[in-house]
Amino acid sequence: MFSTVLPDILIQGWALQLSPELASRAQFGWTISVHIIFASLSVGLAPFIVYFTWKDVRTDDERFTRLRSFWVKVFAAGFVMGTVTGIPMSFQFGTNFPQFAEVAGELIGGPLAFEAKMAFFLEAVFLGVLLFGQKLVSDRTYILSSVLVGVGAWLSAFWILIVNAWMQTPQGFEMITRNGMEVAKLTDPLAAFFTPRMSWMYVHMVNASVISVALLVAGVSAYIVWKKRDAAAWNTALKLAVIILLVTAPLQAVHGDAYGRHVADTQPQKFAAMEAHYETGTADLHLLAFPMSIDALTDPKAENLFTVSLPGVGSFLATGGDFDAEVLGLNEYEENPPVAMVFWSFRFMVGLGFLFIGLALWGGYLIYNGRLSESNRFLKTMVAASPLGYAALLTGWYVTEIGRQPWVIQGELRTSEAVSSTLTGTEATLTLVGFVIIYIGLILVALHVLRWLVEDELHELGVRASDDDRWYGPVPKVSNDD
Amino acid sequence: MTELVLFADAYLVDALPEIWFGAVMFALAMYIILDGFDFGIGMLYATRNNEHEKETFLTAFGPVWDANEVWVVAFGTMLLAAFPRVYSRVLADHYLLAISFVLALLFRGLGPEMREQRDDGRWKRYWDYSFVGGSFLAPLLFGTLAGRWIFDAPTLSLPALLTGVGLVTVSVATGAAFLTAKTRPRLASDLRMYGIIATLAYLIGVIALLMTVVVTDAGGTAEIVLSLPVGVIVLLSAVTGGGGSVLALRGKYRAWLVSSLGLPALLSLLVALLLYPTIYPPTGLTVREAVVSPLALNLVTILGFPALLLVLWYFKFLYGVFSGPIAGERYKN
Repeated sequence: MFSTVLPDILIQGWALQLSPELASRAQFGWTISVHIIFASLSVGLAPFIVYFTWKDVRTDDERFTRLRSFWVKVFAAGFVMGTVTGIPMSFQFGTNFPQFAEVAGELIGGPLAFEAKMAFFLEAVFLGVLLFGQKLVSDRTYILSSVLVGVGAWLSAFWILIVNAWMQTPQGFEMITRNGMEVAKLTDPLAAFFTPRMSWMYVHMVNASVISVALLVAGVSAYIVWKKRDAAAWNTALKLAVIILLVTAPLQAVHGDAYGRHVADTQPQKFAAMEAHYETGTADLHLLAFPMSIDALTDPKAENLFTVSLPGVGSFLATGGDFDAEVLGLNEYEENPPVAMVFWSFRFMVGLGFLFIGLALWGGYLIYNGRLSESNRFLKTMVAASPLGYAALLTGWYVTEIGRQPWVIQGELRTSEAVSSTLTGTEATLTLVGFVIIYIGLILVALHVLRWLVEDELHELGVRASDDDRWYGPVPKVSNDD
Repeated sequence: MTELVLFADAYLVDALPEIWFGAVMFALAMYIILDGFDFGIGMLYATRNNEHEKETFLTAFGPVWDANEVWVVAFGTMLLAAFPRVYSRVLADHYLLAISFVLALLFRGLGPEMREQRDDGRWKRYWDYSFVGGSFLAPLLFGTLAGRWIFDAPTLSLPALLTGVGLVTVSVATGAAFLTAKTRPRLASDLRMYGIIATLAYLIGVIALLMTVVVTDAGGTAEIVLSLPVGVIVLLSAVTGGGGSVLALRGKYRAWLVSSLGLPALLSLLVALLLYPTIYPPTGLTVREAVVSPLALNLVTILGFPALLLVLWYFKFLYGVFSGPIAGERYKN
C-alpha cells in the first residue's frame, strides 16, 4: 500500500479535477470532521448545561447564573453550527454514496429516521425553550428543558453510532436481490442495532466528547482566571473541569485498551494498519515511533521507523494475554487502508490521551494544594490544551473510518462500489471545493464567536480589553451616579 | 427473537407501504408548511430597513426555525427508511441541486444566529444577506428539485422552475400571514399586501405549471393532472387563497394564518397525487417496487409512529410557549 489519500488529492487536484470516488470520500471526510466537532460539543456540554441550569434555578447562586448564561450561549452557537453542518451529512449518503444507501437502506434507514424523530426534534424544540423561554415557563419546565436537550444530544449519538457500528461489524441481515440489485435485507433487528461494536463505540465517543468539552471549559476558565484571579464562577468551572478530567481521562485509556482488543478480534486488518504490522506473526507494540525519512511518514513500516517498542506486546494486547500470538499482517490482504493515516492518527490520539491524564493529575495536585488558580504555568497550559480534545477525537475517528477502508460496510461493500455512478469528477470536485471554503469560513466564525463571548465575559468582570498579559488589580466600577 | 420473527413475514397491515408513502408525504407537508413560513420571514426581511422591525421578525423566527427545519431531515430519513432506492436516486440524480439546497439552508440558518453575536453594522449586514439569500434560494432549489423529480424534467425547464417559484411564492404568503399574526397592527397592514400579492402569484404559478404539464405531458403526468382529485385541489387552493386574502383585508389575521397554511398543505397533497403510485417517474419505479421488506417496515412503524406522535406534541408545546403577538420586547432573558 504505497499511496495515501492526501497525495492523490494533491496530484489529481493539480489537474483541478478529482475522481468522483476520491472527491466524494474527501468531501464526506471533511464535512463529517467539521460536523463532529459541533455534534460532540452538544454531547459533551449537555451534562454541564444541565448541572449549571439546575444549580442556577435551585440555589440562585450568582456563579451558576454566569456559567449557565455563558455556556448556554456556546451551546446554542454550537448547536446551530451542528444543525447546518448536520443536514448535509444526512443527504450525502444519497448524493455521493447512493449505492451504499440503497444496499444498507433497511439497516441504516430506521436508525437515521429515529435519530431525526426521537433525538434531533427533542434537542431543537427544547433548545428553543432553553434559549428564549425562561420567563415564559415554570422553573421546573425550564430545568426539564435543559435535561431534554441533553437527552436529545445523547440519543442522537446513540442512533448515529448504531449506524456506524453496523458498518464496522455488520450483522442481522442477509443479501437478497431487489430491483436488480444485491441489497441487505433486515433479518434480526436486535442483532443489527446492537452489533458487537456498538457499546464500545458509544462509551468511547460519549466519554471523548465529555473530555473534549472538559478541556474546552478548563481552557476558557483558565484564561479568564488568568486575567482575573478572583472570578468566583470561573474558579468553580476550572475546578469542576479538572475533576471531570480526573475521572474521564483515565477511564478513556482503560476503555480504549479493551476496545483495541475488540478491534483486533473483529477487524484484524484495521488493527494491523494501526500498528503498521505487515508480516503475519507476533506483533510488537510501538510505544513511540519517529519517522526517519519522508518515506517512513507516508509509508510507515517497522524497519523504517525509529521505534521504542515492547516486543510481543502487540500480540499480548490483541489477544489479552498471549505474547506469542499470531497477528495477521497487512501482507495477507489484497487491498489495504491508507496505512500511514491510520498508523499516525492512532499514535496521535493515544499520545494525546496520555497527555490528558497528565494534565488531569497536575490539576488534581494543584486542587489538593489549593493552588489551582495560582499556577500561571498550569493556566497557560490549559489554555493551550483547550482544542486538543477535539484533535484526539478527530484522529480517533480517522483510525476508525480510514482503517475500515477499502470497505464502507466491512466485508460486504467496497467504498468504490458505493460511490454514485452518475456523479462526474467535475461536479464532485466543485462541491468539495465549495464545502472546504464554506466550512473554513464557518470554523473561523465559530472561533470568533467564542472569542467575543469570552471578551464580553471579561468585560462584565471588569477586565479592560487593553490589559493584555496581566491583571493589574481591581478595576473601579463606573456607574452613572459618579 | 421469535416474536420479532413473526413480524417478518408480512406487513402489519396490507396497505403499510401506502401508509408509509403517506407518512413520507406528511413529513414533506410539515416541512414546506413550517419551514415555508420561515423562508417567507427571511424573504420579507429584505423589505425592512428599520432595526426594530428586523428584530421583531427575528424574534418570531428565532425559537422555532431550527425545529421546523428538522422536518426536512425527517422527510429524507423516512424516505430512506421506507424507499431507499428513491432516496438514493432523488439525491444522486440531482446532485448539484441537492448540495446547493443544503448550502442555502446553511446560510439561512447561520444568518440570524450569527448576526446577534456582534453589534457591528457591517457584520450584521453580511449576515442579513446570508439570511435573505438563503431564505430565497432554499425554497427555489428545493422546489426545482421536486419539480425535476415529479415531472422528470431538466433543471432549466418550465415544470421544474415553476415548481421552484411556486414554493417561493407560497412561502412568502405563509410567512406574511405568520408575521402579521405575530406583530402589531401598523406592521401588519404593510405585510398583508405582500401576503396577498404572493398568494395571487402562487395561484397563477400553480395554474401555469399544471397547464405546462398538460401540454408537454412531462413525466407522463398529464393524465393525473386532468383527473378530478387534482381539479378539486386546485379549486380548494383558489378558494383558500382567495378567502384568505379577503380575511387579511378585513384584519382577521389568525383566520388568515390558518387558511394560508392550507396552501402548502394542499400543495403537498398535489405532490402526493402526482407521485402515486409511480414514486420515481424517471425510472417508472412504483411504491410497491421500492418499498423495503416487511420486517424493516414493520419495525420503523412500531418504533417510528409513536415517536412521530411525540414530535407533534413537542410542536404543540413549542408553539404554545411562543404563541401570541410579540409585545415589542424579545423573549430573550
